[in-house]
Amino acid sequence: MLARRAWPRASSHIILSKLVRNAQTAAATPRRDEYAAISDRDIAFFLDVLGDRGVITDPDALQPLNRDWIGKYEGSSRLALKPQNTEQVSQILRHCNANRIAVVPQGGNTGLVGGSVPLFDEVLIMTGAMNKVISFDPVLGMLTCEAGCVLEQLDRHVGEQGHTMPLDLGAKGSCQIGGNVSTNAGGLRYLRYGSMHGNVSGLEVVLADGTILDLMSTLRKDNTGYDLKQLFIGGEGTLGIITKVAMLCPVKPASVQVAYLAVPTFQHAQQVFQKAKQHLGEILSAFEFLDHPSLIMTLKHLPNIKNPLPDIQTPIYLVVETSGSNLEHDFGKLEVFLEEAYNDEMIADGTIAQDSSQQASIWNLRESISEGLRHAGAVYKYDLSLPPNDMYKLVEEMRSRMKHLPVTVVGYGHMGDSNLHLNISAAKYDQEILSHIEPFVYEWTASKKGSISAEHGLGQMKPECITYSKSQEAVDLMGKFKSLLDPNQILNPYKLLPEKNRLYQPAHGHIQQSSAVTR
Amino acid sequence: MKLLVAVKRVVDYNARIRVKADQTGVELANVKTSMNPFCEIAVEEALRLKEQKVAKEVVVVSVGPKSSQDTIRTALAMGADRGAHVLTDQALLPLNIAKLLAAVARKEDANLILLGKQAIDDDCNQTGQMLAALLKWPQATFASKLEIDQATNKARVTREVDGGLQTLICGLPAVITTDLRLNQPRYATLPNIMKAKKKPIEALNPEALGVTLTKAYKRVKVEEPAKRKGGIMVSSVAELMDKLRNEAKVL
Repeated sequence: MLARRAWPRASSHIILSKLVRNAQTAAATPRRDEYAAISDRDIAFFLDVLGDRGVITDPDALQPLNRDWIGKYEGSSRLALKPQNTEQVSQILRHCNANRIAVVPQGGNTGLVGGSVPLFDEVLIMTGAMNKVISFDPVLGMLTCEAGCVLEQLDRHVGEQGHTMPLDLGAKGSCQIGGNVSTNAGGLRYLRYGSMHGNVSGLEVVLADGTILDLMSTLRKDNTGYDLKQLFIGGEGTLGIITKVAMLCPVKPASVQVAYLAVPTFQHAQQVFQKAKQHLGEILSAFEFLDHPSLIMTLKHLPNIKNPLPDIQTPIYLVVETSGSNLEHDFGKLEVFLEEAYNDEMIADGTIAQDSSQQASIWNLRESISEGLRHAGAVYKYDLSLPPNDMYKLVEEMRSRMKHLPVTVVGYGHMGDSNLHLNISAAKYDQEILSHIEPFVYEWTASKKGSISAEHGLGQMKPECITYSKSQEAVDLMGKFKSLLDPNQILNPYKLLPEKNRLYQPAHGHIQQSSAVTR
Repeated sequence: MKLLVAVKRVVDYNARIRVKADQTGVELANVKTSMNPFCEIAVEEALRLKEQKVAKEVVVVSVGPKSSQDTIRTALAMGADRGAHVLTDQALLPLNIAKLLAAVARKEDANLILLGKQAIDDDCNQTGQMLAALLKWPQATFASKLEIDQATNKARVTREVDGGLQTLICGLPAVITTDLRLNQPRYATLPNIMKAKKKPIEALNPEALGVTLTKAYKRVKVEEPAKRKGGIMVSSVAELMDKLRNEAKVL
């Protein structure tokens, strides 16, 4: 496998203005009175179940757990728990449910919508100690493991037996598989291997009341009843805590080729994509794009990143990867495709990585854009699904809309999946800047029938935006599922569903519509 | 000035290798190969000298089976002018390689030969030095900086040595081997990749070059290094001393 870095922690020099902490929530979310505060009795219970090492109350240790990777969201949890196994998770949740203690499940804490950190004093339930690989069947390619396994380590593990994980993302050095599944993570290989909904064959989930739901299955086909696991895939920890995963892994490709191309316009990039599908079809495994401002931003803030084509400058660059079984065939196909594209003037220039270190270097560039933006200061991140023709138009409109402001608008993403990562970089978070972005970007996306969150999820950032992409009836039904599985609303509260769909039960048991209780 | 650059096709530095079950060698079938990183640096340096108009022509040579041509093509794609491929299916060690390269150097009438300091598969670090001796040319190895003074026909080379950096001046023609910090090789760009297909690669062989290959070595066995054993906790200083003296035998 190509050598990758671990996802770094937020650097301390980023200035976070506490006053604009929830800059992107429409109105500041208040803490709900329904939830109990942690008492000594609770801590004693947890110590009894988990032992000393499983209970974290030290404020210094809690600080990085309370803050998300971008440094945009920060909670004030005073307690983090580290269960070692499913049974302990069950006991913890049973207690929390009985006492109405709100919890936040947390894996690698690499999410980008604040879904893995508390808003207030919710108790953190860390999955990191449940990190055993249970089994791997090399004939089927079926991996079973605990939810706290780090993605990169799983990739290495199955790699030793000639397989690869079906997903790959920049956070692989830190993100955990339970979190990947809970967020239906997309990533760089989505184009080739599809989503978690297809690759996960089984789950073990602990429900809010402590019930251990065994949906673990290593079968490729099983049409016996409703496929419940699909609810938890992408459920963002609001319907249950995933403790084990069974996942289908594809065979590791014998030959991986990576090309980096400079294209004159986004329209040309689309033509290249069509041609790539024709020529490379079954071996195409990734088709990513980045614009010139993203390149500049990344090169500027991360000195170890190299520009593969330093002698040319174009508005758009592409990273194209093929994964196949035969090096000569694949390289041959890639050369023919590139030659044609070059002669047809679809691409201005390009390079094919000559060895694995050049491959790693090209991917490093694409995967580090997010990190480069973080080093630049505050960043407003938008993850949108848009029709191919409209993808870059939004970036251009946003740029012209904000040209009088001290911001840099960059666009990059998974072109093969029609997924744009629109990022606006500023020195610090600022309400005026935000007002130029929202709700414009959501309205624009909704008008094109796109998704306001292609792969990042809703977390605490976008619950109130859900109806830009889903009908009210659909959202209401989601609320009913939530009430069914978590009537006390203790699992990852204030997230995913908009406030009016969070149906809080008062002490006497009648469900009532939530109404904001201001302090 | 004509530059000759020698390149070697090696197992990709990132590939995981396994020893063959019969312990005769390393499993090479279906393992990814690429140009030796230090050779790549040598090619890059040669191309820079050409861009600075110090060199007029860059010729790339490789010794090996048919697949070595891929490595030569890569160098041509980076910008080298011509290739020369000495075809042999035998696995050769530095002395034989040096003899073949010396013959090619004489044939090409090269003014400067650039090589990587060592290959990452055998780590010999011998070919450049032997080549210089065979040609009776000066050598400057582990170069981290190279300057050619055309007026005086000398090369000024900064070398990375254990104690730090050493600068020496040698006359040309010379043999120079490259170290990691000399430069960062360029990516081969599409127009060059396409042009490279039309650049000629001359086919050579040891007999035609008048070189008799000596078989001075016989590989007896190849095995993996012993697996690292876990450490143990000792309960007292006395026990530690006992183990150091009697088990580890270091006292």
